Amino acid sequence: MPVRPPGERNALRAAGLAGAALVLVAVLAFSVAFGARQLSAGAVWRGVFDDGSAAWTVVREMRLPRTLLGLLAGTALGLAGGVMQALTRNPLADPGLLGINAGASAAVATATAFLGMTSFGGYVWFSLAGAAVVSALVYAVGGGRGATPARLALAGAALNAALYSYVSAVMLLDSDSLEKMRFWTVGSLASAQNATSAAVLPFVAAGLVLSLGLARPLNALALGDDSARALGARPGLVRTAAIVAVTLLCGAATAACGPIVFVGLMVPHLVRALTGPDLRWVLPYCAVLAPVLLLGADVLGRVLGRPGELQAGIVTAVAGGPFFLYFARRARVART
Amino acid sequence: MTVVHLPGDRSVRFRPRALAAGAACAVLALAVGVFTIGGGNYPMSPAEVLRAALGGGTPAQDFVVNELRLPRVVTALLVGGALALAGALFQSLVRNPLGSPDMLGFTQGASTGALVVVVAGGDSLALAGGAVLGGLLTGVAIYALAWRKGVHGARLVLIGIGALAILTGVNGYLLTRAQLMEAARAVLWLTGSLDGRGWQQALPLAAAMAVLVPVALIGHGRAVRVIEMGDDLAGALGVRVERVRLAVLAAAVLLTSLAAAAAGPVSFVALTAPQVSRRLTGAPGPNLLASACTGAALLVTADWAAQRLFGDHQLPVGVLTGVAGSGYLVWLLARERGAGRI
Repeated sequence: MPVRPPGERNALRAAGLAGAALVLVAVLAFSVAFGARQLSAGAVWRGVFDDGSAAWTVVREMRLPRTLLGLLAGTALGLAGGVMQALTRNPLADPGLLGINAGASAAVATATAFLGMTSFGGYVWFSLAGAAVVSALVYAVGGGRGATPARLALAGAALNAALYSYVSAVMLLDSDSLEKMRFWTVGSLASAQNATSAAVLPFVAAGLVLSLGLARPLNALALGDDSARALGARPGLVRTAAIVAVTLLCGAATAACGPIVFVGLMVPHLVRALTGPDLRWVLPYCAVLAPVLLLGADVLGRVLGRPGELQAGIVTAVAGGPFFLYFARRARVART
Repeated sequence: MTVVHLPGDRSVRFRPRALAAGAACAVLALAVGVFTIGGGNYPMSPAEVLRAALGGGTPAQDFVVNELRLPRVVTALLVGGALALAGALFQSLVRNPLGSPDMLGFTQGASTGALVVVVAGGDSLALAGGAVLGGLLTGVAIYALAWRKGVHGARLVLIGIGALAILTGVNGYLLTRAQLMEAARAVLWLTGSLDGRGWQQALPLAAAMAVLVPVALIGHGRAVRVIEMGDDLAGALGVRVERVRLAVLAAAVLLTSLAAAAAGPVSFVALTAPQVSRRLTGAPGPNLLASACTGAALLVTADWAAQRLFGDHQLPVGVLTGVAGSGYLVWLLARERGAGRI
């Protein structure tokens, strides 16, 4: 392949990003248009803009909030995956696989079962705290040079199991929370309301700004701490900021739609194949393409699961799993 | 290391500390078992328990011991032993202290099988069958996917974790499909509980273990220890690595699935017991027999605590092993991380 000059490469990447944004717009439209009740395109259009139309309730109060939440949560999970993979220098770092989302859900389970919290504004703080603790722990385990992908993934699986066994103990002790939690723990956009999206927005926006700002210093960190210092980055500060960003993104996304795996793993990998390793391009692409995946999974779940639905978290787990398996079978990653 | 020479040029070699630790765990497991049987609403002294178990008690004692409490304790001992042995085998094969069957998707496969039965409305016998079938199918699938000119430890880990994530999603979906009453029953089963376990759970497990434990311990114990040193070295020493690995994996998957069928996938026994026994014995290698004894002691103790420590509220034993195991896991992560083994 001929090496292109940097200016031309960047123009190509920018064009690609614009194309990805178009795909996102198309998926957003799909997500509003498809659902358990079949509506014609005209009815959906009137549902969005005419509050007297028959489809107003379905479109404005169910599909639109859900689509918005999918957009926010997808962006959050994709970015978190990209940042986490750069931070741990580990291609298998996914907030779901490493237990960060499970940490958030364990904290939410505590808040709903023992403290009786039901509003998003109440338990989102617990979710953030849970995500923060596990992010720090994962970083402590997987941040060093000795950690191979397999070892880090295994440590994450063990943390996941520990947190999951706690959540199921909570569900077992209290059948009210079982009824709520068993739908929440699979990861779903179905319970979305306009208020949820509005409450998630500030956290995701803060995480988005922080991660995009970290792209350049994280690029420097990929060269090793000494080179990064020589380039003017402060490794300790950058790592702390990256953990804060991951916490904000994963904590908010998990509080809103439950623990969702594989989105943060798949999207950065697919993106890197398009853009190369430069995080200044990888992260924006992740932010645009991850909601495509999550909303695509959600729409697919609505279509496949009729008359009910398959939760988006199940679709991403089952569809993302084979991707992970394919990836794991490649020799380079599987070396200890 | 002590060597005892037998007549006819034969010799036996063992570590006194490992032997003592294993024996101590076995004695502890049995003692806690006797103590557990003696407690409850119809208290008995240990001597009475032993007499009744051997057939010399009053009819009332005979009923309480042999029909009500002994089967539960025997199930606990067997399930603990089976899970711990499977955990030791897996940890040895993937050369990682966290590589137990509940981290690699095998246990979740058994859960999926059981949940399918719960959603379909089957009875407890069908549930046990579903668990065994699910565990075996998952084992075959993971082995086949991890195969690429041999099953390399790290690839087995990654494929297992992938299977774990997929099956967790599937299990969550099955839970949402169940009615609330069935969902509660399913969550109880998924946590792992010994409530109401009788001889019909204990006896099949005992029969299977009578075959599988010798296969693992005597048939392959030495080869497993050699494989821990690396595939190339083991091959050079005359061990047929892939054959041993297949046989050991099959035995471990069977043990895991059968234990899950008897008591549900009791979490963290398979992870912690081999690690605890490794620290007790102070010996390298898989420590198979000592692990099994430790697992039996751990589970029977956890079951005693779950029945007695929380007043009238009896917890399923899996809650206790889960919480204790999580704490141990964090300690293990910190410590093994320092030593560079994770």
